[in-house]
Amino acid sequence: MALSKRQRAKYTRYAIYVLSVVAIVAMALLVDWTRLSNAMFKWEIVKKQFPDILTGAAKNTVIFTILGFAGGLSFGLLFALMRLSTIRPYRWLAATYIEIFRGIPLLVTLLALGFGIPIATGWNWPNPYLQGAIPLALVASAYMAETIRAGIEAVPKGQMEAARSLGMSYPRAMITIVIPQALRIIIPPLTNEFVLLIKDTSLISVLGVTQATKDLARFGRDGVNSTANATPLIVAGLVYLAMTLPLTQLVAYMERRAKAAGK
Amino acid sequence: MSNETILIDDYVVNVTGLNKSFGSNHVLRGIDLHVQRGEVVCIIGPSGSGKSTLLRCVNMLEKPTGGSIVVLGRELTHIDCDIDEARTKIGMVFQQFNLFPHMTALENIAVAQRKVLGRSKAEAEMKGLQLLGRVGLTEKADAYPGQLSGGQQQRVAIARALAMDPDVMLFDEATSALDPELVGDVLNVMKNLAEEGMTMLVVTHEMGFASNVATRVVFMDGGVIVEEGPPSQVIAAPKEERTQSFLSSVLNH
Repeated sequence: MALSKRQRAKYTRYAIYVLSVVAIVAMALLVDWTRLSNAMFKWEIVKKQFPDILTGAAKNTVIFTILGFAGGLSFGLLFALMRLSTIRPYRWLAATYIEIFRGIPLLVTLLALGFGIPIATGWNWPNPYLQGAIPLALVASAYMAETIRAGIEAVPKGQMEAARSLGMSYPRAMITIVIPQALRIIIPPLTNEFVLLIKDTSLISVLGVTQATKDLARFGRDGVNSTANATPLIVAGLVYLAMTLPLTQLVAYMERRAKAAGK
Repeated sequence: MSNETILIDDYVVNVTGLNKSFGSNHVLRGIDLHVQRGEVVCIIGPSGSGKSTLLRCVNMLEKPTGGSIVVLGRELTHIDCDIDEARTKIGMVFQQFNLFPHMTALENIAVAQRKVLGRSKAEAEMKGLQLLGRVGLTEKADAYPGQLSGGQQQRVAIARALAMDPDVMLFDEATSALDPELVGDVLNVMKNLAEEGMTMLVVTHEMGFASNVATRVVFMDGGVIVEEGPPSQVIAAPKEERTQSFLSSVLNH
């Protein structure tokens, strides 16, 4: 019997559903759950992670993220304004900076600035938090500069013209009229940058850390070493999710609302 | 006092030999326009004739490629001119209103008074409310631009420009973006302003307004002034063929 194209598609879909269910059930039956949960989610080890994982490691991750974000935002704004400047050397300087720091992996930048500078110059980072956060902020500022520039360019040109026509200087018009409107546009993408930063702080531990400045990822890794069990990393992953999921949901909500308002 | 000083004092806007090109596109080809205090000059002409560009050159939103612009005795085209200071005396009203969407109507009118003229908040808001009354929108002081009709937004924009106590007002197709039924309110505000003696340069397609309110009509085409004079001459009895054909295309449809 000849099937129409639509019927054929329907039966194919059913076949895929059935196969998927069979595969999942087979896996559930074949896996040794006791062994798996002992190796990856052992309750005694989970309990041992607390409260240190929150009072120490998660706190450090938050500190690195906030320092990185604040620095990234300030420098990002500066580079965005330079990119939009009518003065060519400013534009070139900002473009070069942005391309360099976006093009080099964060890990390399961290090592070069965190280790390379002290080795080359004999100067030492005065504070282990800054040693990790400043390279992070420099890389973040390159990404944020492009986000902020796009936001400023999304504000209609007439806004700047109206402000200038009222006698405002260019910086005054930027600060009072254009940037407040641009910030509204870029809050969702900036929140995404924040989520990326939370995760990127996990690379800072390559710089070597003291007990006091351990971040979540390092805490989990050390936990794995000391317990010979994967549980601490799973717990660390869950703590990351507890921080990032609310933010990504918030972005999704803001984008839905902006879409509804735009209609 | 010599005759020349009187001349300079009397003229609010002096445009001499103005040229403007956008790349290879030569938009203004030698414009001379002199506007005396209290004059209402309507600039008409087909689209692309350069009339908006001319208006935008008068407050230097477009930088001229040649010629000079003197407003209120200040040579704006001079390299040392403080353009921000000069602009406070030149009010500008745009086709797209360009109100600040993150501020209420009253804040729109107050912001430049405070940040540019250094007036206190109370002083700026009092002036703002008074001007909102003048354009018939006192009850909309706390409304955001998004909550106002196009005609209301444009009247707030006029009040915002007037708040700086300008000596000359520029209107760039102020009613072209409005629904037909909202045009009248805005034109009335402009007419009252003219009757109070404000010096005005008005780029417009409203031939009725030009006929009734203008003291002088300037017809532009192809980047030059083709014909100018009182409306009874330029609109009612145009001499130039280009003016005649433009007017017949706008008026007969």
